[in-house]
Amino acid sequence: MSVSWFKYAAPMNFYPLAGKLIPLFWILAIALIGFGLYWGFFQTPDVLSDQKQYYRIIFVHVAASWMGMWLYAMMVFWGLVGLVFNTRLSFMMAQATSVTGALMAFIALASGAVWGKVSWGTWWDWDPRLTMSLILMFLYIGYIALHSAIDNSRRADKASAVLSLVGLAIVPVIYYSVNCPNPNECGSLHQESSFKGVESNILLAMLVTALGFWMYSFATILMRVRNIILERDMNTKWVSKL
Amino acid sequence: MFNTFWMILKRDLKLALRRRSEIFTVLFFFIIVVSLFPLGVGFNEAMLQQIAPGVAWIAALLASMLALERLFANDYVDGTLEQMLLTPQPLSMLVLAKMTAHWLLTGLPLVLVAPVVGILYHLEAETIVTMMFMLLLGTPILSMIGAIGAALTLGLRGGGVLISLLILPLYIPVLVYGSGAITESTLQSGNIEPHILLLSAFLLLSLIFSPWATASALKISLE
Repeated sequence: MSVSWFKYAAPMNFYPLAGKLIPLFWILAIALIGFGLYWGFFQTPDVLSDQKQYYRIIFVHVAASWMGMWLYAMMVFWGLVGLVFNTRLSFMMAQATSVTGALMAFIALASGAVWGKVSWGTWWDWDPRLTMSLILMFLYIGYIALHSAIDNSRRADKASAVLSLVGLAIVPVIYYSVNCPNPNECGSLHQESSFKGVESNILLAMLVTALGFWMYSFATILMRVRNIILERDMNTKWVSKL
Repeated sequence: MFNTFWMILKRDLKLALRRRSEIFTVLFFFIIVVSLFPLGVGFNEAMLQQIAPGVAWIAALLASMLALERLFANDYVDGTLEQMLLTPQPLSMLVLAKMTAHWLLTGLPLVLVAPVVGILYHLEAETIVTMMFMLLLGTPILSMIGAIGAALTLGLRGGGVLISLLILPLYIPVLVYGSGAITESTLQSGNIEPHILLLSAFLLLSLIFSPWATASALKISLE
């Protein structure tokens, strides 16, 4: 039996498949986010003695900032696949991913600002992580701006894929420079980040919500890809039959 | 191969020297931006000394960006660029020559004019030397990363503003370490060696990768 690996690389075959997958991802997204938020809001013990309930924004905030980063990687991945195999669908996936990614980066920043206002007393602080999320959003905006400025969709796809690759190559350097603006003092500047200190119920709620955000992103990306396919293949026979 | 490099470099320099005003536009843009800041924030000497590194670098980023659009645009309009793509010479070498020309015309003048910033912001002689050295190390990076943006936005409407949207976030490491070193040099116990090493590493990395990335971007734009 021969497997046709590239069958769904054709927009014509992918379109109906995406249509079938979208409801599935929506159901999963609603179920997971609903469960995660319910668990996070009502089933976690009040570990903080002085009842700082505002910490519960963490369930949305962490999930959104993870998605912001992952979707950038996913966007670069699809762009790279497109450049290597010259498949149109991969570029469409990259384009669809960029918008959801920018949205996630924005949600992360906005929820972080609200959280910062109540806990630190300020909307914004030039903490390395905050700065990095802001820069990530700038990278998304640059990608979207370049893509929409080029009328020829083939050139737009390839040019923005190259831009996202260059961005990915420089991100580690930016990350280092933002985390350690003064290299003389870098030894002491290290942000610990681990799951060890997190209470298990909170962790469960956080991970489930993050998974729900994944499903939401898949659903919206597939919906957007379907639109892009229709737009670009407007003049083909199979679209006019729909 | 090096022959082509020299040919392109000489050609670009000669073309630019025929239109000298473009070089001076960038230079005076830099000087004007730098001298407007004190008018906006006040003339307190200590504060001026404190903000000088950042102001000088941001003005340098913007000035270098101003001339980026012209890097390939003229050759693109008259078809020279297409001919360059057709030559058997490696495109990245041609691109490297154009980047070098861009740096000689926009980066190097900024390095030479840096003492003016020092005078305007009451900096000490040693700090001015550090500033010139850091600009010497950092401005080539600006030309090289900027060339990628210029190649990607070639021939687009409103390309100039678009380049800044794409490229300015990528300039952040240069800004951080370039101005960090100048600030460090004003301190008694300052040690700027790590800054220099990091910026040199970034310079070498962009020297290796940016001609290649710019070449592939040009091929996409001219497809």
